Amino acid sequence: MTHQHPALTAEQKKELSDIALRIVAPGKGILAADESVGHMAKRLNQIGVENTEENRRLYRQILFSADSRVKKCIGGVIFFHETMYQKADDGTPFVQMIKDKGIVVGIKVDKGVVPLAGTDGETTTQGLDGLWERCAQYKKDGADFAKWRCVLKISEHTPSSLAIMENANVLARYASICQQNCIVPIVEPEILPDGDHDLKRCQYVTEKVLAAVYKALSDHHVYLEGTLLKPNMVTPGHSCPTKYSPEEIAMATVTALRRTVPPAVPGVTFLSGGQSEEEASINLNAINTCPLVRPWALTFSYGRALQASALSAWRGQRDNADAATEEFVKRAEVNGLAALGKYEGSGDDSGAAGQSLYVANHAY
Amino acid sequence: MTHQFPALSPEQKKALADIAQRIVASGKGILAADESVGTMGNRLQRINVENTEENRRAFREILFTSDTSINQSIGGVILFHETLYQKDSTGKPFTALIKEKGIVVGIKASICTAPLAGTNGETTIQGLDGLAERCAQYKKDGVDFGKWRAVLKISSTTPSQLAIQENANALARYASICQQNGLVPIVEPEVLPDGDHDLQRCQYVSEKVLAAVYKALNDHHVYLEGTLLKPNMVMAGHSCSKKYTPQDVAIATVTTLLRTVPAAVPGICFLSGGQSEEEASLNLNAMNQIPMAKPWKLTFSYGRALQASALAAWLGKSENKKAAQEAFRKRAQINSLACRGQYVQSGKTDAAATQSLFTASYTY
Repeated sequence: MTHQHPALTAEQKKELSDIALRIVAPGKGILAADESVGHMAKRLNQIGVENTEENRRLYRQILFSADSRVKKCIGGVIFFHETMYQKADDGTPFVQMIKDKGIVVGIKVDKGVVPLAGTDGETTTQGLDGLWERCAQYKKDGADFAKWRCVLKISEHTPSSLAIMENANVLARYASICQQNCIVPIVEPEILPDGDHDLKRCQYVTEKVLAAVYKALSDHHVYLEGTLLKPNMVTPGHSCPTKYSPEEIAMATVTALRRTVPPAVPGVTFLSGGQSEEEASINLNAINTCPLVRPWALTFSYGRALQASALSAWRGQRDNADAATEEFVKRAEVNGLAALGKYEGSGDDSGAAGQSLYVANHAY
Repeated sequence: MTHQFPALSPEQKKALADIAQRIVASGKGILAADESVGTMGNRLQRINVENTEENRRAFREILFTSDTSINQSIGGVILFHETLYQKDSTGKPFTALIKEKGIVVGIKASICTAPLAGTNGETTIQGLDGLAERCAQYKKDGVDFGKWRAVLKISSTTPSQLAIQENANALARYASICQQNGLVPIVEPEVLPDGDHDLQRCQYVSEKVLAAVYKALNDHHVYLEGTLLKPNMVMAGHSCSKKYTPQDVAIATVTTLLRTVPAAVPGICFLSGGQSEEEASLNLNAMNQIPMAKPWKLTFSYGRALQASALAAWLGKSENKKAAQEAFRKRAQINSLACRGQYVQSGKTDAAATQSLFTASYTY
C-alpha cells in the first residue's frame, strides 16, 4: 500500500470535481427521475394510468419541459436507462433538453438488490459486471454522473456487519469504475425508514454505515472531491410512536454527517425516503439552518418528494400537462430555497403536498 | 452492532467537548513539554547541561513561570509523568502554576514503542495495561487531556497494513479509555519525516493512515467532538532532494485532512517533527492562510519548535531565566499569529530559530 499508483490524472480529477460542484451549486439539487419500469408501475397505478412506455415518456416529458425557472434550482437529473434514449414529441432527445437548460445528466447504473445468504433478509446490490463498458457508453451518450443505491434495514439484528461491509465495498467498486470513465458517482447507502426504532437508533446506525462507506472509498482509492453522497436523513422509524421536530431531525442528521463524511466531499444530496413533499422540504430547510459547521453542500435528490403533486395534477391527461409541469416547478423552487435555508414553509398541509408517501419496504 | 450502548452520558460528552474547545480556542495551541527522561537528555546535551532531575525541573519551571499573558497563545501543556508531580522553587506544584493561568494540563499517556514481529522494523505502542486506573489518577491530580503517540515510517515496504491497523487500533483503545475517565485524548499518528520520499508520497501515506485512524475511532465508539488530532504536516522526507514551499506543504496537508478528518473533530494540533522553529511557524501560517474551507482549528502542539530558542538562551544558568522566558514567549506569540494566518515574517531570524531540529528516527 505504501506506493501510490494514481487512479486518475490531474485532468480527470478536475473534470470530476467540476461536474460535482455544478450539480450541487448553491441553491441547486437533483431531480431523481430514475424510477425503473416496475417502480413507475406503482406511481402510475396510484393515478389510474397504464404503465406503458409511451405513458412513461409522456410523464417524463412533463418534467423535462419545465421552463428556465428550474435552471437555478435543479443542478442534475437522474435518468433510468430507457429514458436516456427517449425523445420529446418534437423529436428532441430528453438528454439534450436537460443539457440545454445547463443541467447535468445522470444515470442509474445499479441492477437492483439481491439477497445475502445467511442473513436476516439483508441484501447487496448487483450491477458491477460490464459496468466499465456501460459507463463509457453512457458518458458518450451524455451522462456525467451516475447513481447506485444500496439498501440497509434497521431491526433487532440488522444491519449486520456483513451487510454493512459488503454494501460499502460494492459502493466503492462502483465509484472507482465510474471515475475511471469521468462519471461522478453518487454513493447512496440508504437505511430504510421501516421499523419502530427511535431517532437515536437511526443516528447510531447511520454513523456506523457511513464510517464503513468512507473507509471503503479510501481503500479503493476513490477521489472524494469527485463524488457526492446520497444518504437518508436521520429520522425515526416510520412506526415509531415518538414524534420529532424538523430541528431534531436536522441536528441528528448533521451530527451524523459531521462525524463521518470528510469535508472533501462537495455535497450531500438527501433522498426523501417516503417523506411527503412538504416534510422533505421543511426538513432540508432545518438542516440548512442547523447551527453546526457544515463543510459540504446539503441539498436534495428527490424522486417522490418532487413529483407527487405533478403526478396528481397530470392523471395521464395531455390537457393537464402544463398544470403538472407547474406543480413540479413549484416544488423544485421550494427545495432550492430549502437548500439555502430560506424556505419558510407553505402552511398548507392538505392535498398532495402533505400526504405521506411512505411505501413499505421500499425497493426500486 | 445495531444497538447502541452509549459509552458516555450527555454530561460526560459536554465536559470533554468543553475541554477540547478550551485547548484550541482561537489563537491558542499546545506546548508539548512531555519529553521523557531520555529525550530531555538529548535536548540538554545540545546545550551542554547535565541531564539531572533538578535540571529538568529547573527548565520546566522557566517555562511554567512565564507571565500569565502566555495564556493568549497557549491553551494546553502536555507533561511527562515526572513533571506532573514536580514543583517550582517556592514549592508550588507545576499543575497549579499552569492551571491558574487558565491553561489546560495534559499528560503523555503512552509508555514506549514495542516491535511488531514479522515487519520491517515497525512498531506499535505500549501503555494500555492499567491505563484506566492511571487516567483516573491523573484526572484527580489535575489533568484534563492525554496524549498518545503512534509512530509510522515511510520506506519502500512500510508502513505495512499491519502497522497501520495495529497503531490505529491502539490509538482508538487509548482514546476510549481516556474518555471514560474524563480526559480528552489527543490522537497522534506520526508518520516520520525520515527518508527521501517526496511530498506526494507522504500525502498518500498520511491519507491512508488517517482514514484507518478514524475508522478505528468510529469502531471503538469514540466521541469525536471530545478528541483532538496531532498529526504530522505533509512534507517531503528529510533527505528528499526536492524542495517545497510552505504553500506546497499547506495545500498537501489541508487536502489530506479534508479527505480524512471528520468536521466533528474540533481541532488539529500539528507536531513539528524536526522542523526548525521558524519553519514550523511558517508552515502553520500558510495552512491558515490558504483559501480552502477548513471546519476544524489548525494549530500547533510543538515541543522542539517552541523550546529551542529558550533552551539556547538558558544554557543551564539561572541568571538567563528572563532571556529564556522571553525567547519562549516570542515563539508562542508567533505561533499564535500563525494559527490565524497572521504571521508576517520579519527580516531578522536568529540562528536557533532556523536550526533544524531533526533527529533521525525520532523516538521518545
